[in-house]
Amino acid sequence: MRTKTKKPVMKASRRDILKYAGASATAMLATPFVHRAWAQTVEINMLSWYGLAEPDMVEEFEATRNVKFVPKYYAGGDNMLAALSQSPAGTYDIIHTDAEYARILIAQGNLIDELDPDDYPFDDMLYADFQNFPGHWHDGKLYSVITRFGHLGVSYNTEFVTQDEAMSYDVFWKPELEGKVGHFDWHLPNLGQISLLNGNNDPGPFNISEDAWAAVREKTLSLKPQVKGFFDYGGTFSSLKNGEIHACAGIGDWVTGVVAKDGAPVDSVVPAEGGVQWTESYSIVSTSTKKDIANEYIQYSLSPAGQVRSAAMQAYPSFCVTQSGVDALRAERPDEAARTGQVAGVSNNPITLIEEGRIHYRDTPVQQSLEDWNEFWSEYKNA
Amino acid sequence: MNDSAVENSKGPQGNAVSAAEKTNLFALIWRLPMLVWQSIFFAIPLLFLVYLSFWLVRNYRMEPGFDPVNWIKMFSKDYFWDAYVYTFGLAFLSTVVASLIAFPCAYALSFKVSETARRWAIFFLIIPFFTSYLVRVYSWQIIIAENGVINAMLSYVGLGPFIMLNTAFGSIVGYLTLTLPLVVILQTFSIASIDRNLIEAAHNLGCGRLRTVFTVIVPLAKIGLIIGALFCFILSFGDFVSPYYLGGSKPPTLSILIIDTTKSGQQWPKAAVVAVTMIVTLLVVAFTSVGLAYRKRT
Repeated sequence: MRTKTKKPVMKASRRDILKYAGASATAMLATPFVHRAWAQTVEINMLSWYGLAEPDMVEEFEATRNVKFVPKYYAGGDNMLAALSQSPAGTYDIIHTDAEYARILIAQGNLIDELDPDDYPFDDMLYADFQNFPGHWHDGKLYSVITRFGHLGVSYNTEFVTQDEAMSYDVFWKPELEGKVGHFDWHLPNLGQISLLNGNNDPGPFNISEDAWAAVREKTLSLKPQVKGFFDYGGTFSSLKNGEIHACAGIGDWVTGVVAKDGAPVDSVVPAEGGVQWTESYSIVSTSTKKDIANEYIQYSLSPAGQVRSAAMQAYPSFCVTQSGVDALRAERPDEAARTGQVAGVSNNPITLIEEGRIHYRDTPVQQSLEDWNEFWSEYKNA
Repeated sequence: MNDSAVENSKGPQGNAVSAAEKTNLFALIWRLPMLVWQSIFFAIPLLFLVYLSFWLVRNYRMEPGFDPVNWIKMFSKDYFWDAYVYTFGLAFLSTVVASLIAFPCAYALSFKVSETARRWAIFFLIIPFFTSYLVRVYSWQIIIAENGVINAMLSYVGLGPFIMLNTAFGSIVGYLTLTLPLVVILQTFSIASIDRNLIEAAHNLGCGRLRTVFTVIVPLAKIGLIIGALFCFILSFGDFVSPYYLGGSKPPTLSILIIDTTKSGQQWPKAAVVAVTMIVTLLVVAFTSVGLAYRKRT
């Protein structure tokens, strides 16, 4: 017969005490972290081109400020305008946009907030124009802040085109490149480049007379037999990589910089006729409820750390806009600084190119309508 | 006639009316989800799309209105009609090629393999839909590029390189990637449901194998064959991915033209003109095809 032994309700051994004490100590020590993790993470909704809210860009800011970026990526300024107009108020906090579309945002009124110039390091800007960038100010008020830029010229496969040949847009008509020329499928940069080839550099490739516009159309149509296709970012990337095209109009290092990292023999130059500059900036949406933190992120983007991340962005690289940003890039990523010409004394230094008058800011057409240019682009694609 | 007699005379009729109402209510409940769905997600957006095509764009902002200017401008452009003819032609070619390739496959799956093999074949035809169409199209870039897999293999026997990517051929490859499995499945279901006795009767009456195919099987499977072709046409006509990523957008199709049109400063109303034209075209093709499929022999 088994005898029942009465189990003690609770009898902690020394080992148990140590175990529970250890667990309690761990819990106590971890409390601040648990508390921090449980603290409300603020979500910042960003409307931007692809890549701007990826970890390589925002992880440091997210970690230090306990925020989380929720991106809505668009492809093209019109796409951005549509996303903005079709979303309820308060959907987005911060917009990252091309400079020419910042002007449109301002023109539409009440979409983006006025910013305080004192919040940003305008004194540290690399070039005087960046302090008062066209389209970012309206009636003396600041609405959009430049954070990065890049140059568009001739992008080419170094095994089939020499750098000397690429120094003129005429290379696209080279007989050996028949069926090997690609276009980035957007009228503005391509037609801007043909406009430059036609000598429209004063006042600029986008401010041309009707006669000059007719000449640009004629010149562009003459390129069609050389053209392989019209591609978006992904298509341009893969076509350069797999050798479908050997030269491409309408792009620059923002594409070839990434393709080259992938092992393809490609490069970009700003030709003698001049290049087109793309410029990206941040604005704060008027209906945002998180304007302060959005503003802090813009400030971070212009800090040396933010500028280095922006210059080496994985999706597409760019140039720094501040001196402290360039200095930090040279110190932390000398390879990237050298590759992109962001070092002193080289001919392809982006600021040197601007100062030499070889760079023109991408813009919407001044004497024709955007519709005129776009309709011609559709005609050209069908020609 | 007293009141009770009136009551009695109404009785059976009254019950019949009530039963009919009950049936209607029952039927209505079953019809309702489809009606609601189609109204909310098809009819109303379609009406809005038509309305949008009459709006105006001023200073990059859309303004409601009722001006036919977008229709007049779009229809007066040669590039619009070039894109229309090209899109229709390419979709038609895709439909013919898909139907011709699918028919022998469907015939074999219906008559020449076991039930188990047919089930597995249909399973494998469905599997491609598990992966993104865009990913499949990007895969084709690697295969049909000038330095791609096919040209690399052909180079071993001294052939090529053949230019396939960024051509109309590339677009057709993409269209078939999207539509061929579906057309094979629809054709298989249609052919497999044909009464075998009719085929045997044709053979017994001295009809050869090939003649049986064209005079017995094709007419009997007509509905499935036409519906399969119709689906192929609809999907190809509206596809954006293949003509862009495999056709190089050279020349652009109507779907690409919609994207291009929006790039001229919020020109969604003009894009709506292209979209409505595409929908009307597809409706005409669909009604014609369905009419053809169900037309009685005279």
